[in-house]
Amino acid sequence: MKRITLGLAAAAIGMSMFVGCAGDPAPSSSAPTSSESTGPAPSSPESTGPETIRIGINYELSGGVAAYGQASVIGIEMAVDEVNAAGGINGKTVELVKYDNKSEEAEATTLATKMMTQDNILAAIGPATSSRFMATIPVANQNKIPVISGSATADAVTQGPNGVQPYAFRICFNDSFQGTAMANYASRTLNAKSAVIFKDSSSDYAKGLAENFNSTFVANGGTIVGEEAYVAKDTDFNATLTRIRGMEFDVMYLPGYYEEVGLIIKAARELGITAPILGADGFDAPELLDLAGAAALNDIYFTNHYSSLDQDPKVLAFIAAYKAKHGQDPNAFHALGYDTAMFVMDAIGRASSLTGEAVQAALAATKDFPAVTGTLSVDENHNPVKAIVVVGLKDGVESTSEKINP
Amino acid sequence: MKQFRLPFLAKGGILVLGYVVVLLLIWSGVINDYIQATMVTICINIILASSLNLITGFTGQFSLGHAGFMSIGAYTTALVTMNFPTVWGFVGGLLLGAVIAAIIGLLIGLPTLRLSGDYLAIATLGMAEIIRVLMLNFEFTNGAAGLIGIPRMVDWNWLFVFTAGSVILIANLLRSAPGRNMIAVREDEIAATSIGVNALQAKTLAFVVGAFFGALAGGMYSTYFYVIKPDIFGFLKSVDILIIVVLGGLGSLSGSVIAAILLALISTILQDFSDLRMVIYGLILVVIMVFRPQGLLGDREITLSALGRIIPRLPRKRNEVQP
Repeated sequence: MKRITLGLAAAAIGMSMFVGCAGDPAPSSSAPTSSESTGPAPSSPESTGPETIRIGINYELSGGVAAYGQASVIGIEMAVDEVNAAGGINGKTVELVKYDNKSEEAEATTLATKMMTQDNILAAIGPATSSRFMATIPVANQNKIPVISGSATADAVTQGPNGVQPYAFRICFNDSFQGTAMANYASRTLNAKSAVIFKDSSSDYAKGLAENFNSTFVANGGTIVGEEAYVAKDTDFNATLTRIRGMEFDVMYLPGYYEEVGLIIKAARELGITAPILGADGFDAPELLDLAGAAALNDIYFTNHYSSLDQDPKVLAFIAAYKAKHGQDPNAFHALGYDTAMFVMDAIGRASSLTGEAVQAALAATKDFPAVTGTLSVDENHNPVKAIVVVGLKDGVESTSEKINP
Repeated sequence: MKQFRLPFLAKGGILVLGYVVVLLLIWSGVINDYIQATMVTICINIILASSLNLITGFTGQFSLGHAGFMSIGAYTTALVTMNFPTVWGFVGGLLLGAVIAAIIGLLIGLPTLRLSGDYLAIATLGMAEIIRVLMLNFEFTNGAAGLIGIPRMVDWNWLFVFTAGSVILIANLLRSAPGRNMIAVREDEIAATSIGVNALQAKTLAFVVGAFFGALAGGMYSTYFYVIKPDIFGFLKSVDILIIVVLGGLGSLSGSVIAAILLALISTILQDFSDLRMVIYGLILVVIMVFRPQGLLGDREITLSALGRIIPRLPRKRNEVQP
């Protein structure tokens, strides 16, 4: 019986096997650069990939938030197809290098490293959610290749401890802007003087929204008469809602995701709470209608990236193109994915050369870019300056939409 | 039994050789950042699987809470390293996290290890969930958003030291008297008790040591991958680790090492087929379990000495492989 386990030998053997096979997957990349030369490795895509521009896709295609990733990628592919059909970027075809990060942070980091060191990409799009996007930013800064997210809304995404993250961009507004915009809408448009907040305390998104709504609403002269909380995956809200029913308030703010919000709205209306219910972009999913039922979805207002009621010709064209291809209305993630890809390709077209640094400079200089989710300019913190839409529901269907400019 | 054993120096030499070869490959650029990232995943999984194997494979205590220990290590190391972004902060944080996890392992182990089988699995699962929810609600862990901007400290040197060190320490523990007690408890708890083995002590020791190394792996995770949040260390992470252990073979340390490498390689190769990736991965797991239900190595070990017996055909006494 001896167990002299020096499995490390096996580890070493495994790694050498690994090195053996790792030579093959990158046939097209330029000479492998070692870790100390952090310069722009794939500096000359022209010489390697003739007449193509490669963009990395690092999205959640499986795992917890696969719905967001898949929808975004559909939008991105649509945009790329459009640009390629129109002749590409300055005559060069755009090619997507697509990977699935399994909704895992570590996988997002690893894949970002892979696409930036081996696949010769010029920019990487994704991931869809804030924490995974942030997991790729250090890799982007190190390799000097920009990463762009369409839907990472957490406040601190593009700011690091030492100021702005040079190679990170996003095209969606942040959470504090959503909370603030909703509070302003409540006090100015709905003339609300008092509000109740019922938030998802297990999500940072909902907590941030509640905080900003609270401070802006109070600053506008309103009062918060009560603040209650639930946890994601809860299904019974009657006890809390009964307590809320006993309070005097004009509006109820409900930051959270459609899964619970749908059930809360249904229960609240059944209990006889008729006050307007306010929310954020987590409401924007077809499932909301299934969960709450059309009868309950009256007097609901939420902040969103875009509204399908928008009569802007760009929005109409996008909705028509999407419908022709997929047979249904696009949601915000489709639109954001489409916009992100267009935004990136626009910058690549304007870049002085085909390097990560030039694309970064072009992205940072974007002014008045016409996107489906609103015309946007990039500010000094690499956040977009763009309008927010407040959508109103009547019988479960969008009936009003109002743009609020920053 | 008189069997051929590689002398200590030869074993050490092979380890050092492996280390130097990888180091040279990194310097020459053959091992690029991407391969290094995969190596980090492999090494972290090796430590996690070896430490869980100590609890589940060698001592026979079915634990579903390993991700909880990992998260304690990850958060402690991250918080210490963010406040003291030096090598000392990193090493201190790693050790502090491991010690805290070991203490928590002791506190939780003493009452719950009186349970066995399914009951213990549920108790450990509950423990990991409690840890996760605490991380979700503490102020200093930054709630659901988790910690971001953790400095990257882990490089090949640290990776090698901690991975090799963990595996060797666990292997040596298993060959010591307390380690033998653990195996005896797994084989038959009543028989072991009747010959004077303190079963609770053996189980608790395995749990505490397992927690220590699990936290070490968590600390390395957080100081390589920049971002941690409570979701990462959920139930599914515990299951992932258990898969490696079962796949490699319960009670085989070298099996855990091989399975950790194999699974990472499969996952990496499948990255190029993003749509079918998880389907193929799952299918491979099913096929392996159908044809090797006892795991890749069962409870045998591949050791350097065994390799030494096969590879250089040294003349020696005939006293070969036992089943």
